[in-house]
Amino acid sequence: MTAQIPIVDYLVLEPEPHLVAHSCRGCGARYFDHRDACASCSGTEFDEVDVATTGEVRAFTIVSMAAPGIPVPFVAALVDCDGTSVRANIVNVPPDPEHVTLGMKVRLATESIGADSAGTEAIGFGFEPLEGATK
Amino acid sequence: MSEDVWILGIHMTKFGKRPDKDTVGLAAEAALGALADGGVTMRDIGVIGAGNLMGGAAPIGQILQKQIGQTGVPVFNVSNACATGATALRTAIMAVKAGECDMGLAVGVEKLAGAGLLAGGARSADADTWTPRGRYGAVAAVDGRIGTETMPGVFAQIGMEYGHRYGGVDFELFARISEKNHAHSTLNPLASYQKRFTLEEIMGDVMIAYPNTRPMCSANCDGAAAAVVVSDARLRTLSAEQRRRAVKISASVLTTDPWEEGCQVLPNVNTLTRNAAKAAYEAAGVGPEDLDLVELHDCFATAELVHYDNLMLCEEGGAADLFRSGATWRDGKTPVNVSGGLESKGHPIAATGIANIWEICHHLRDEAGERQIEGARVGLAHVIGLGSACGVHILERSAA
Repeated sequence: MTAQIPIVDYLVLEPEPHLVAHSCRGCGARYFDHRDACASCSGTEFDEVDVATTGEVRAFTIVSMAAPGIPVPFVAALVDCDGTSVRANIVNVPPDPEHVTLGMKVRLATESIGADSAGTEAIGFGFEPLEGATK
Repeated sequence: MSEDVWILGIHMTKFGKRPDKDTVGLAAEAALGALADGGVTMRDIGVIGAGNLMGGAAPIGQILQKQIGQTGVPVFNVSNACATGATALRTAIMAVKAGECDMGLAVGVEKLAGAGLLAGGARSADADTWTPRGRYGAVAAVDGRIGTETMPGVFAQIGMEYGHRYGGVDFELFARISEKNHAHSTLNPLASYQKRFTLEEIMGDVMIAYPNTRPMCSANCDGAAAAVVVSDARLRTLSAEQRRRAVKISASVLTTDPWEEGCQVLPNVNTLTRNAAKAAYEAAGVGPEDLDLVELHDCFATAELVHYDNLMLCEEGGAADLFRSGATWRDGKTPVNVSGGLESKGHPIAATGIANIWEICHHLRDEAGERQIEGARVGLAHVIGLGSACGVHILERSAA
């Protein structure tokens, strides 16, 4: 099997792909980046917590113009995963407002973004519709 | 309570393409204009707050002094994204309030014409070997792969989130907000664009980030604005004409975004605006119903909608209804962005937070000509800089 690496370290591929957040031990605030301290309570101790792999689209945009080198159009969204906000693309659906809607139920999906010179495959993630995903 | 501070002089340059002047030339035009408007000179100024984002670390305040007056007074070069101008002004106001001096100058300037899309930067080629880097341990560029870093896309989501929460919001509503601001701009000779668009033209224009089409995005342009502020005590020593034209700063508030769930995933521009508005209304002793006009930060049509609510111009959740009632058109109950707003007047980033105050002052002084809001006595100016910073100023006509 080809070696794999997640696009970001808060995407964990095994045993099933899911996102992991740093949860503040003091107040429960969740973060995806490496922390110096908690922005809510300034605590410095964190636990790793799994984030729900299904959620609801709370906001989205269909980006038709982006910085050079970024393929368009794509759907960028804010997904509410059982109380944890996640930034992600909405994938496996036509990028238009007829197919992407506010409140739509979605689930985590992964896809290859290519192999490096050593043959390691980088794995990206997005969210696809629970119903009617196109692949 | 410390004494009042007043706007004594204020000036905004023509916004748009300004190949005739470099950055400091535009800053000088605004600063000299504000000094002349106030009937004072650089020799009267005890502190300078200055901002220019595109110039990077270059000290725009001292560069300006070297063109118009090296008096040796302290300069604070400030940077707060789109709230930079308001921050420069607030710095000068704080110095006067603190008694460090009795007159201050604030300047914001930007050369941004033709800058195009403001985004996270071009995507470079993927590395030869996937190596985790940075605070997310990313092995590849994430803009476009994990959401978007473009400003039109971020603010599109902010408007859509409001729609999801309260309902009654669609593409056409946002386009109609843009239609209003472009219509308003036809009366503003200093605006970058003075063209009225039909709803169909706006909705049919180039899509940037749904639901924001091109005319629903702020216009990148060149421009500068400057203001002279003065203490109450010093103002009383000035001429009757200067006192008559002085505009009272009833509130000057700057906030940042407090932590809330999700705020580091999609910027929350709501709470810090609401916090700033509440503090400003309390300081000024006025409420939203007292405002004769509002200049708010319509960097995108989707942003204007949420700020109706954040500034409490409507009941919570009532922004779409407020707009549909016609209240925010120039003949409505609470005219919003009669200058044309950022979508039409333009958005030379560091100048914007002073230019919106110039617009309010113009009406309070009864000097706005064709676009005058008759009998304007109280106005509010609002800016948001992503990151985030929010500036709210409430201004009142002089009683003198």
